Amino acid sequence: MVAGAMSVDTVTVKKVASLARIAIDDAAAERLVPELNNILGWIEQLGEVDTSGVAPMTAVIPNTLRLRDDVVNADPLTGGGIRDAVLANAPQAEHGFFTVPKVIE
Amino acid sequence: MTDLTDLGIRDIRDGVRTGTFSAREVATAFNDAVSRAKPLNAFLVETPDHALAAADAADAARAAGEELKPLAGVPIGMKDLFCTKGVTTTAASHILEGFKPQYESTVSQKLWDAGAGMLGKLNMDQFAMGSSNETSAFGNVISPWRSNDGSTAPLAPGGSSGGSSSAVAARLCPGATGTDTGGSIRQPAAFTGISGIKPTYGRCSRWGTIAFASSLDQAGPMARDVRDCAIMLEAMSGFDAKDATSLDLPVPQWEQSLNANMAGKRVGIPREYRVDNMPEEIEALWQQGIAWMKDAGAEIVEVSLPHTKYALPAYYIIAPAEASSNLARYDGVRYGLRDLPEGANLQEMYAATRAAGFGDEVKRRILIGTYVLSAGFYDAYFTQASKVRTLIARDFEKAWESCDVLLTPTAPSAAFALGEKSADPLAMYLNDVFTVPSSLAGLPAMSVPGGLDRKGLPLGLQVIGKALDEQGVLNAALALEERAGFAARPQAWW
Amino acid sequence: MADATAPYRIKGATGDWEVVIGLEVHAQVTSNAKLFSGAATAFGAEPNTQVSLIDAAMPGMLPVPNRECIRQAVRTGMAIDAQINKWSRFDRKNYFYADLPQGYQISQLYHPLVGEGSIEIEDGETVKTIGVERIHVEQDAGKLMHDQHPTRSYVDLNRSGVALMEIVSRPDMRSPSEAGAYLRKLRAILRYVGSCDGNMEEGSMRADVNVSVRRPGDEFGTRTETKNVNSVRFVMAAIEHEANRQVDVLESGGKIVQETRLFNADTGTTRSMRSKEDAHDYRYFPDPDLLPLELDDAFLEECRASLPELPDAKRKRYEAAGITPYNADVLTAEVETARWFDALLEAGAAPVAASNWVAGELFGALNRIGKDITESPVTPGQAAELLALVADGTLSGSLAKQVFEVMLETGDAPGKIVEERGLKQTSDTGAIEAVIAEVLAKNPNQLEQYRAGKVALFGFFVGQTMKAMGGKANPGVVNELLKKALG
Ligand SMILES: [Mg+2]
Ligand SMILES: [Zn+2]
Repeated sequence: MVAGAMSVDTVTVKKVASLARIAIDDAAAERLVPELNNILGWIEQLGEVDTSGVAPMTAVIPNTLRLRDDVVNADPLTGGGIRDAVLANAPQAEHGFFTVPKVIE
Repeated sequence: MTDLTDLGIRDIRDGVRTGTFSAREVATAFNDAVSRAKPLNAFLVETPDHALAAADAADAARAAGEELKPLAGVPIGMKDLFCTKGVTTTAASHILEGFKPQYESTVSQKLWDAGAGMLGKLNMDQFAMGSSNETSAFGNVISPWRSNDGSTAPLAPGGSSGGSSSAVAARLCPGATGTDTGGSIRQPAAFTGISGIKPTYGRCSRWGTIAFASSLDQAGPMARDVRDCAIMLEAMSGFDAKDATSLDLPVPQWEQSLNANMAGKRVGIPREYRVDNMPEEIEALWQQGIAWMKDAGAEIVEVSLPHTKYALPAYYIIAPAEASSNLARYDGVRYGLRDLPEGANLQEMYAATRAAGFGDEVKRRILIGTYVLSAGFYDAYFTQASKVRTLIARDFEKAWESCDVLLTPTAPSAAFALGEKSADPLAMYLNDVFTVPSSLAGLPAMSVPGGLDRKGLPLGLQVIGKALDEQGVLNAALALEERAGFAARPQAWW
Repeated sequence: MADATAPYRIKGATGDWEVVIGLEVHAQVTSNAKLFSGAATAFGAEPNTQVSLIDAAMPGMLPVPNRECIRQAVRTGMAIDAQINKWSRFDRKNYFYADLPQGYQISQLYHPLVGEGSIEIEDGETVKTIGVERIHVEQDAGKLMHDQHPTRSYVDLNRSGVALMEIVSRPDMRSPSEAGAYLRKLRAILRYVGSCDGNMEEGSMRADVNVSVRRPGDEFGTRTETKNVNSVRFVMAAIEHEANRQVDVLESGGKIVQETRLFNADTGTTRSMRSKEDAHDYRYFPDPDLLPLELDDAFLEECRASLPELPDAKRKRYEAAGITPYNADVLTAEVETARWFDALLEAGAAPVAASNWVAGELFGALNRIGKDITESPVTPGQAAELLALVADGTLSGSLAKQVFEVMLETGDAPGKIVEERGLKQTSDTGAIEAVIAEVLAKNPNQLEQYRAGKVALFGFFVGQTMKAMGGKANPGVVNELLKKALG
């Protein structure tokens, strides 16, 4: 990391907000610029650390991935066949589907 | 008879077992306390019937001569990050307003299975992002504590488990669940003069707990003392096949093995935790803690954790990065808030929904997380932070060669006033400086009250242990607790 | 093998162009439950009935991987001689779409389960090796439906979370027919292994088609990716159209834009998907809900031991047994045919005769009655018995055809049919000699001509004898006795 090399402007903030699907107006973007730069400037000190030959952490506690048996609905909490529960909190549902504004592909 | 709400978990459990009082009396007393404590804003939802039902089950079991469950008759508070079946769960965010999970989180289910009842859902920092409980969409939680200088300025209960800390300190519940991603159990416990333990990553299942940063999130108990934490942690812990990161290990009998004798134990004092501008009172408390440890028979050794300084910046890359992805599911399609402006298409609906639903701090962290993962920045930020995380974990490994537990302050200050740091995100983040390193390494760590500052506000001491050595942490904390004799409590003003 | 055919070229106005093709095939892994949840994977269920809380990305839900999906991907990798990575991990690919409940797809970018392998294809006379860069395991998305409502799209999450293998080839193909051969071969391998049913109509296999053009020998040109093409024919058509379009663009002075395109099966053309400005910033990072996937030797050994004989090996074995290359090809193209044929060999049939009979008689008959080999009314055991009756002279070729027709209709065993209908071929010399005497007596003219030297009339006498015996005489015995009788 090149220290101090990264800083954001309103264009970048808006681009990032758009990637994150959060609508922001110009005023909010402008307000965020110094805030984010302050934080980003601070986290950039990580660039000082010599990490050559260091592997990124992949498991916090030494542990390997367990695999599940290929059984349908073995546990009702992780199985299907629960459409009512799946749709229970939907803002809008019809005929067993979730619905969204029409998408043109 | 003493006020039942003055009793902790152990005393309630034992009292119900021996018939000193009924579980219903206990539940009623706490239900009343909860309903009278609105000014604290600690509860988002009150569930008196849930508490009463569990109490009646305990009383019925006792009447039938059955053996009582480990937490029979004990009513608790549930942080609103845990999904509770049929009971509104929001993570204190508008984006989940009205969300009624159709499932019960593993941790809450285990508590109910152990006989506990629920007094209600506790307020918190929105999506567990915050250190003062000022980011809740449903208002700040107020600490029951007030400074002794006559000021009535509302104080922060700490965060993100601020509803939990406030409620336990105010005697609204004898214990509460918390979650800790970078200090969210320990820092609020320290701010409110209670105890709280974050166990080893993987001890408590994350299934059904709303995710903030998956590689860091751990549930744990917050209660009045070390023993109560041990009792509650036993009920919350255990392997869960539904969580791929859950540890497949038996749950130790922590309560039964509690032992405050530190003879033969080495307590490490990490030199890098002596940070710039640390208040004298914190330094003094730390020295006091060291003296208590010696008194308990421990040998004190100075250790070095050289990468401590980089823990916070690494955390503020990793946690927001994971959060930016974990929170992508709140999109207005399957549950929660939907904001569909006239004529908006799908992507515009997402942007409007998330703009209206997330609070400022959540948005800030999502933006940081999105930025550090975006094309061209990933290696410089995320990969580098993950490597630094490896180095931080190695620091601890190295320290364990010369000590059994570490002793540090929990937070760099006592509770501050609400609003004092909310304008400066970075100043707020620095509050987690002592709690974050052990979170990054997945280690068990606990805060216990050590004393009061000049203004009469609680200060906490932190014990950090080796992976899976919750017993060592609890024992050291008990040694401190016995010597601190912390008896201060907030005077009810609410 | 010699390259008999000229390389495929697009003749542009300014000269010849070479086409460069790479395929990313998404193959649905055969499993009962989804990759990270216990919901069922069966095709065609009512909307949202095969959706777990995990697949709907409810708050706090967590993925736990299905061992069988990992196993099938490993076996597939082994079948193409690929490197199997004992240490791999899952990453999140982040983007927002209504068919993606989590807001990310769990996939493998940085450390895929399967590394480099290869697939040998035959395109006409040419044999060619196509490199496979990697196979990774990932989740499928749900499905959007746009025709049910004037202003809304409907979301069905039944497919959400179903396991896919993404099989990424190297850009080693140079013509639509090579791409077609690759896809057919890959499909055959997957079906042999049993890791994917290869059902393209149900979407079990879809290809993303990467196409670029260049002057022969030049550097690679800019490529486009045509998404989700779901038949071999369509893939070939998409390449053809896309390559020609690119040549047109380049020859008229334009530039190829690296973009995602869609294939329209009705028109056989591709068109640009309206570009989403940030569609390419997926912010991949390791999924923190999942630990690294570490495979042990016992697991890998079981995967290897459970692999069946694969098409290339099987074809070689057939050819070594004397079966013609053409028949060997036909018999190994579909796993069901190969299984049926192997059962026939196991029941004792002689390879060459059996291969001719299956490729000729059986295929012809099945074609006629509109059934595939798994629905054949004749079992391999019955067929072996029929072939044995021919081999030991009990049935002549024409009798065997008659018996086979009855077998198809009744499903009866050939021995029973021969017995009941008296179709047995006779080698009884007494009976045949009696008939020959009759034939000679009835045809004095021909007999005279034969004896006068017109030996070609021998065949006439054979025919008459066979006819008089209703086809049931052993032709060899008839020949022998006729020669004797005719002196
Ligand atoms: Mg692709
Ligand atoms: Zn893919």
